Amino acid sequence: MSGQTLYDKLWSQHLVKQRDDGTALIYIDRHLLHEVTSPQAFEGLRLAGRKPWRLDANLATPDHNVPTTIKERAEGNAGIKDATSLIQVQTLDENCLSFGIEEFKINDPRQGIVHVVGPEQGATLPGMTVVCGDSHTATHGAFGALAHGIGTSEVEHVLATQCLLAQKMKNMQVRVEGELGTGVTAKDVVLAIIGKIGTAGGTGYAIEFAGDAIASLSMEGRMTVCNMAIEAGARVGLIAVDDTTIDYLAERPYAPRGDQWKAAVADWRHLVSDDGAAFDKEVTLKAEDIEPQVSWGTSPEMVTGISGQVPDPAAAFDETVQRSHARALEYMGLLANQKITDIKLDKVFIGSCTNSRIEDLREAAKVARGKKVAGSIMLAMVVPGSGLVKRQAEAEGLDRIFIEAGFEWREPGCSMCLAMNADKLGAGEHCASTSNRNFESRQGYGGRTHLVSPAMAAAAAIAGHFVDVRGIDSAAANDPALVKEA
Amino acid sequence: MQKFERLEGLVAPLDRANVDTDLIIPKQFLKSIKRTGFGVNLFDDLRYLDEGYPGQDIAGRPLNPDFVLNQPRYQGASVLLARRNFGCGSSREHAPWALEDFGFKVVIAPSFADIFYNNAFKNGILLVTLAEEEIDRLFQEVEPNEGYRLDVDLDNQRLITPSGEVLEFEVDAFRKHCLLEGLDDIGLTLKDEDAIRTFEARHRTERPWLFRETMQVG
Ligand code: SF4
Repeated sequence: MSGQTLYDKLWSQHLVKQRDDGTALIYIDRHLLHEVTSPQAFEGLRLAGRKPWRLDANLATPDHNVPTTIKERAEGNAGIKDATSLIQVQTLDENCLSFGIEEFKINDPRQGIVHVVGPEQGATLPGMTVVCGDSHTATHGAFGALAHGIGTSEVEHVLATQCLLAQKMKNMQVRVEGELGTGVTAKDVVLAIIGKIGTAGGTGYAIEFAGDAIASLSMEGRMTVCNMAIEAGARVGLIAVDDTTIDYLAERPYAPRGDQWKAAVADWRHLVSDDGAAFDKEVTLKAEDIEPQVSWGTSPEMVTGISGQVPDPAAAFDETVQRSHARALEYMGLLANQKITDIKLDKVFIGSCTNSRIEDLREAAKVARGKKVAGSIMLAMVVPGSGLVKRQAEAEGLDRIFIEAGFEWREPGCSMCLAMNADKLGAGEHCASTSNRNFESRQGYGGRTHLVSPAMAAAAAIAGHFVDVRGIDSAAANDPALVKEA
Repeated sequence: MQKFERLEGLVAPLDRANVDTDLIIPKQFLKSIKRTGFGVNLFDDLRYLDEGYPGQDIAGRPLNPDFVLNQPRYQGASVLLARRNFGCGSSREHAPWALEDFGFKVVIAPSFADIFYNNAFKNGILLVTLAEEEIDRLFQEVEPNEGYRLDVDLDNQRLITPSGEVLEFEVDAFRKHCLLEGLDDIGLTLKDEDAIRTFEARHRTERPWLFRETMQVG
């Protein structure tokens, strides 16, 4: 008998009932909630006179609408100036209170972007099914958990039944073999994967990321990769459990202790694809071929290496691609064959559930240390993914490095990733962004997003245009005087 | 979802074809975080003479006296009689939410838009499709007869007019079942409650660390 994939194992461990029509009832271990997609679900529960099935499976935090400026945040919910945003956050508070769901409120030090908070607390554990009314729930797959986004009616379904009606996906494996070059990060890996397979390449699949280059990533890096599985079309991204996973989870607040920890670890060791497990689709990339990536268009697949150039739409093979490239160049205000390093920037955003964890901030700070943001940059901001990331960064002096270089140091939240709060791009502005979507107007009406890694974003902030972070002079970084001062 | 019970409902006639979802509930009201409370803005553009916005106090708004739902004789209506292609336009679930919140339990028309059709049944509203001639006849009967009620008998798939005339209608067996039993997706899943509990108990024994009450924390 051929072996099982990691996805197959997770699926069968949670299968409550297989129905004749091909759908199945899947048990949900962890349900994360935020303010935007939950209000109507709670309302639905109330109208039907239902209660949450299992309170302890739920964990909530507001993230999309929260202001990130220090002053506004000091005022708590009152600092939310937009009335609709305020109501959404207050509604989450009220719902969590009245139903008895644990919530990290706006100024709880544990508050943050839901996909940063879950893992950080150990609320995401290997072998769990994790859902959230948010497509970037794929992030949690980095822990060998079966995790994906759901809609509002499904949020209600999970609250009421602890189950989801689902259909089994197909298996895909993306292997990244070899060793990543210096300055090449998880973000570059996932952008390169999306560039290769396209934004529909993973549709219908659960993608398992594997190979030495993936195994060598930290948990933060693995989360960055799985986070963007959805940009490759896959609702689920997965990475097998290994020592890195287990070391990360030890002693986290929601992780088990004592004998139970040992039993859990023994169980988690099985959360790998068996030798000889069959995948419906396999793709391999060579780590050595991946250079720091920059997206030039309005879809995450419109991406190239830093030494590359904006494509010439006329050169595209197929007419549909020609049209979409031409449309993207027009929107982005770029010219065919323009060098990526010639793209000038107006703003820089380091944050989002893709890249706002401590390691991301360290990488950006390493580049920014002792340097200054270019005068042509209107705004360069660093938004930590959670209150705990912020504290950690401050304890390491990263905030000082950023502030001295001319970055704004903000409070945690989704911020300019989708511009639901006050952080927005203006029309026509180019932004080096560590987020995950470069869709038209995603970061503000008419805004132009370029997806990059934190190190590349910091380097771009200093140069005022994209530069190869591998060529950045790091002498200042090693200057003991500067380090001490920081 | 509530069980759909047989009802004798007051009928309000909306003599207009292609009533789209924007007409049912204009887009500015979609910002709400609720699934209830849309009733006051149902048919907002037709019902009021000013432009509505979310969160407004409706008490002082000028009503359009010509609009059918503003007429005293139709207060308390639970059956909406409508024309062809009712519910066309966007997929907003706010449209059935608004109808339901207003108090409509049944809409009768010659045809309905697809997405609206699904959404309405999901929210416990019965949509009855009748032939154009039958609809014409109902319109003619309703207008001169104040207090005109229809007996809506979903179980037997028929409407009975005040004069005792029986109008039969078709309805998909699964949808009918869900409506009569008050089952939504959640209701259906809860029919497997025992299977879920059995699974949960085993899961908890095998992997107690997945449950915070059985998780060892110290
Ligand atoms: S950071 Fe961006 S992508 Fe992530 S959850 Fe928030 S809005 Fe969504």
